[in-house]
Amino acid sequence: MPEQFLFATEVVLNGLMAGVLYALVALGFVLIYKASGIFNYAQGVMALFAALTLVGIMDGQVPFSHLINAIFGTEIHHFGWHVPALLAILLTIGVMVVLAWAVQRFIFRHLVNQEPILLFMATIGLAYFLEGVGDLMWGSDIKKLDVGLPQGINDWIDVTTFEAFGYGFFIDNLDISATIVAIILVGALIAFSQYTKQGRALRAVADDHQAALSVGISLNFIWILVWSIAGFVALVAGIMWGAKSGVQFSLSLIALKALPVLMLGGFTSIPGAIVGGLIIGVGEKLFEFLIGPMVGGATENWFAYVLALIFLVFRPQGLFGEKIIERV
Amino acid sequence: MFYRESGDFSTTYPQDSQTFPIRFDRYRYYAVLAVAFLVIPFIINDYWANAVFVPFLIYAIAAIGLNILTGYCGQVSLGTGAFMAVGAYSCYKLMTAFPEISIVIHVILSGGITAAVVTLFGLPSLRIKGFYLAVATLAAQFFLVWLFNKVGWFYNYSASGQISAPERSVFGIIVTGPNTEAWAKYMICLIFVTLCALIARNLTRGSVGRRWMAIRDMDIAAEIIGVNPMGAKLTAFMVSGFFVGIAGALFFSVYLGAAEVGESFGIDKSFLVLFMIIIGGLGSIFGSFAGAAFMVLLPVFLKNVFVGGLGWPTDLAAHLQFIVSGGLIIMFLIMEPHGLAQLWRLAKEKLRLWPFPH
Repeated sequence: MPEQFLFATEVVLNGLMAGVLYALVALGFVLIYKASGIFNYAQGVMALFAALTLVGIMDGQVPFSHLINAIFGTEIHHFGWHVPALLAILLTIGVMVVLAWAVQRFIFRHLVNQEPILLFMATIGLAYFLEGVGDLMWGSDIKKLDVGLPQGINDWIDVTTFEAFGYGFFIDNLDISATIVAIILVGALIAFSQYTKQGRALRAVADDHQAALSVGISLNFIWILVWSIAGFVALVAGIMWGAKSGVQFSLSLIALKALPVLMLGGFTSIPGAIVGGLIIGVGEKLFEFLIGPMVGGATENWFAYVLALIFLVFRPQGLFGEKIIERV
Repeated sequence: MFYRESGDFSTTYPQDSQTFPIRFDRYRYYAVLAVAFLVIPFIINDYWANAVFVPFLIYAIAAIGLNILTGYCGQVSLGTGAFMAVGAYSCYKLMTAFPEISIVIHVILSGGITAAVVTLFGLPSLRIKGFYLAVATLAAQFFLVWLFNKVGWFYNYSASGQISAPERSVFGIIVTGPNTEAWAKYMICLIFVTLCALIARNLTRGSVGRRWMAIRDMDIAAEIIGVNPMGAKLTAFMVSGFFVGIAGALFFSVYLGAAEVGESFGIDKSFLVLFMIIIGGLGSIFGSFAGAAFMVLLPVFLKNVFVGGLGWPTDLAAHLQFIVSGGLIIMFLIMEPHGLAQLWRLAKEKLRLWPFPH
């Protein structure tokens, strides 16, 4: 087989893996958008916040130590214990649930019935707020996140493909585990929304708020629930991206990566988020591989957006989005 | 008592349709202009010019531009940073290519170039609406920043990839470059702001502005009563682009002096200008000024309090600034979705009756 083709195949495979990670972030957006009509720009920052909290709890950092030291002139940084990863994850989920409650109670309860664009701007405010709180709580230095996921090149694939084609594929173990986790997560979400009472209530709210209210579903509870689930998805995304490239500010920029995925797949569709993620992941890697060297590289920043933009001109609601019907 | 409309009679049509029909408003406006033109230039120093006045004036132009697009025409744009970069880079190219022509013409021309680029990126708005459009403008943000970074022609192949403003003068007074006096910087920005605000105010009061607002309030209904959505949306993008381009050109040539596109015109700038118009008030020219003043003064104020007053480290103050500005945005959206401009309107209502409640 020609070498170029093998390279391209490897690029496509890696693109698929990256696409899974994009889809993971996009999933959080879709969940909140479907249930409450809020386009949550803060999803990326939530992932950063979750990852920061996880690392902070695992390392036994004192929250707000920086601020406390500045006010009282003390020198405290760590409690001096280490929390096992599983317990820390559970604690972080707890923090995200509290955050979901606070967001619902202090922000969006006051913004019921406002225009969607105002809600969107409120989430931008929330993103800034959370970013500041996260940095203030845990410090803004780059942290290493290790929850025991395998990392590095997958030797088995490398050796097998080398024997078959004479060229070893480079695929990161972390990407493989991310794919598996994402599949489990999506499966769990589908099972939750199909087979549990709360899941059905959630789907009812997504279909029609007023009808859901009239059969006795508490909107408030559902909204807290859906923000908690989005927080949990953010935590998973944060762990995956954090393990890949360290927990730092740039983690919050994955929200910007997920936006074109959403546009492509449609804001209201979970399969759309996944398919969109895969298309964008493969597309941007292939474009960078084939066209990138001709135009100076680093095309990954904008390719996804331009692709989504061109796509939208032909299909304004995205691949799987609900058809937009406008009435006067 | 102080703010009153009684005794103010219009006897001619021009009197009735002037920008400030109430006498108090008009005198206040003249007073502000007089202070801005005749007092501040004589007492301004470098710190006040660079930290407060020049950024305030330039952001006010950008905020007016975005307010026309978002506040008046209802098309959310997250690409303001990149559009400012278009203004900055076209100004740079014009300044270096035609050094003998006045910088004032260059700034206006860069506004025109930006208007063309923004209109191009506004074309999808005819098909895409709402969030989809907001995200689509991000395409412009990322693509343009990448373009200015990668194509050497835009920064004249300088080794650092930066652009830096050469020294230029207007009527013999140096206005760009490192030797500029504080008052000269201030004056050139002030003149541009005054003209832009005048144009914007009159455009939004006229038939063009009413068409924009019809599209904002309900585009299908507007189309039915005979507003051409394509014309209205594209003119909004064009006018907005013109102002944002002028702001970008001034931001680079007068304020920064040297700029690197990713740092000076990144997505943060887009959000900053968006915050200005939210806090100031969507659909209000006064709101653009109020929001720009607020967002320029807030970091200066916080820095003085936390670093200067309490002696905390700067990075801590930077984090607190994120928290405070994020919190303020949310607070404003909850308590006063129409921003500072609405507060000003309410204050006028109160002043009208004060000190007698009835």
